[in-house]
Amino acid sequence: MELTGAEIAIRCLQEEGVEYIFGYPGGAVLHIYDALFQQDKVKHILVRHEQAAIHAADGYARSSEKVGVALVTSGPGITNAVTGIATAYMDSTPMVVISGQVPSYAIGEDAFQEVDAVGITRPCVKHNFLIKDVKDIAPTIKKAFYLAKSGRPGPVLVDIPKDISNHKTEFIYPGSVSIRSYNPVGKGDSAQIKRAVQLLLEAKRPMIYSGGGVVLSGASAQLTELVRVLGFPCTSTLMGLGAFPASDKQFVGMPGMHGTYEACMAMQYCDVLLAVGARFDDRVVGNVEHFAQVPRKIIHIDIDPSSIAKRVKVDVPVVGDLKLVLEQLLSELRSSKQMPDASDLAAWWKQVDEWRVKGGGLRYKNSTEIIKPQFVIEKLYEITGGDAFVTSDVGQHQMWAAQYYKFNKPRRWINSGGLGTMGFGLPAAMGVQLINPGATVACVTGEGSIQMNIQELSTCKQFHLPIKVVSLNNRYLGMVRQWQEFFHGNRYSESYMDALPDFVKLAEAYGHIGIRIDKPSDVEPALKEAFARKNDLVFMDFQTDPTENVFPMVPGGKGLSEVILSEDL
Amino acid sequence: MRHIISLLMENEAGALSRVAGLFSARGYNIESLAVAPTEDPTLSRMTIVTSGSDAVIEQINKQLNKLIDVAAVMDLSEGEHLERELMLVKVRAVGAAREELKRVTNIFHGRVIDESESTCTIELTDTCAKLDSFLHSIDRDMILETVRTGASGIGRGERVLKL
Repeated sequence: MELTGAEIAIRCLQEEGVEYIFGYPGGAVLHIYDALFQQDKVKHILVRHEQAAIHAADGYARSSEKVGVALVTSGPGITNAVTGIATAYMDSTPMVVISGQVPSYAIGEDAFQEVDAVGITRPCVKHNFLIKDVKDIAPTIKKAFYLAKSGRPGPVLVDIPKDISNHKTEFIYPGSVSIRSYNPVGKGDSAQIKRAVQLLLEAKRPMIYSGGGVVLSGASAQLTELVRVLGFPCTSTLMGLGAFPASDKQFVGMPGMHGTYEACMAMQYCDVLLAVGARFDDRVVGNVEHFAQVPRKIIHIDIDPSSIAKRVKVDVPVVGDLKLVLEQLLSELRSSKQMPDASDLAAWWKQVDEWRVKGGGLRYKNSTEIIKPQFVIEKLYEITGGDAFVTSDVGQHQMWAAQYYKFNKPRRWINSGGLGTMGFGLPAAMGVQLINPGATVACVTGEGSIQMNIQELSTCKQFHLPIKVVSLNNRYLGMVRQWQEFFHGNRYSESYMDALPDFVKLAEAYGHIGIRIDKPSDVEPALKEAFARKNDLVFMDFQTDPTENVFPMVPGGKGLSEVILSEDL
Repeated sequence: MRHIISLLMENEAGALSRVAGLFSARGYNIESLAVAPTEDPTLSRMTIVTSGSDAVIEQINKQLNKLIDVAAVMDLSEGEHLERELMLVKVRAVGAAREELKRVTNIFHGRVIDESESTCTIELTDTCAKLDSFLHSIDRDMILETVRTGASGIGRGERVLKL
């Protein structure tokens, strides 16, 4: 039987086992929405803005091992989605975005709601397709899912002109897919593995630096085993938090701009650095010349060869799927029947522990007068037993959440690390809550970020998503204010958030519960009350200290050992 | 340093813009870019002349390989290779000047492919450097138009870029 292109698109999603899609209808996708209406396997979550559809699909994918799926219309539908797509691209989220396009005969005529979707998204997708024939829909969607989740994952866009979604053809979903120009790697080269193990065994001051790739590859168990077998210190980037348990004594915290003193110093002064699924980005290694002043051997494992030797020179590159490569490393290590020199390692740990003492750990001066944002995160950690899914927006609150919520499991910390997209947290939390029903989901945000996608409180109401919004309201765009204080002579240009809404009333207007918390002594009771309400979304508006800064800090362009510790402690 | 990179890619709409977009987005130089389908109409062969430090060239190769439509990449300058570029030059020349032009053209193994009363069009195929020398060898004020294809490259002997 022949089906329309729209019906085929939905059948493809069913074949891929897609349970939820996030989207917003419009002219060019009417046929697809009609096909969606006439089935009940794929459930649609109607967001209030297309950017949120993509972030929700992103949160859905990051907190599970599934491909996130979003559906948007042409023109403004896809341009609104671009921020979300770029966010997913920077953080390598597997995602398929289906966009409607004006009818194929109108393309190029500046038709109503026409934009070159493939052109606009090209720099921020793993790949994209413009469908030109209804027969191509099924094989293209098959390819899109394959590309999105294989190799280094990423978003893939499929743009379907309206007329083609109404043309008919036989539906045949391909059983397999092969693309001659795309062959993602699996295992690592065994000679490189041997060289890597040799270096690790000879190391006197070794360090393991793990990143988001470990989470994406599902290699958390392998990483944890390797770190424990070797006994080396382990640091994790913002994107990798949770892949190695943060409460483990071998964990030295995050490195980089707002990393711990010990992680920064150990990265700088190690003699062998094993980088696993991390990319030495500018927020981790601020100044690469400064970093290169200390001689060290670098082993870099990544599935994407272009991530290797991009910013720093690498001695032993290993290209492969981290899970497989780490298994290879472990087995090579076992068969070598050797271990790193215990006395060298003990001396190195002594040094690392001295840095721990000198850095003083993550600390802040608590107050009984004014709520310190770090205190809220510490209490959030306690009250949720460290077991919540935590999404965040972007800014100071994001850094405090990363620092003070000790993530012990992968896929629990969901934030926009690469693109730094304000407005990510709430819609991402919607995706997380949908794929993890019954789980505790907290969105740590600020009064700036939350207003970038606050309309999604309406989506949360419609779909009964009991997210707990933890808003650290300091009346400032805090990270901007912090940089203005440090580097721009206290000139707080446009960083004060004037005329803020009453967030309690706002939450209530959307049908939720709002709580305003002004005093430190009310922090814990408020959190307890909020998290006890299993079925309600609770918006907690914490009035926090507007002058608080994030420490430690490696200023932009500085070296890791130039880290500034909190000055007033 | 100057590098000449050859690649095979799917002969699909948009493939060229993916390559061009990559170069502009990442700030890599393109000196020239030549592209056309191969004997297999589903594949296009592209030759890119670029320049950069070793680290930049390494990234260019890796980033090109990462494009889904790109099936194979070879940095021809890493080994023995040949390169040729086609140039058409239209010159205003009469009398003795035209005779001199023809003499120079002969030296460069070029040929005259069109003549009018006042103009003369020369075709030259050679390395990019040779074409540059030809242009330096004739009076610049005489040149009306210069059209160059950009270099096409191929490996020597058994050095083959094929799927």
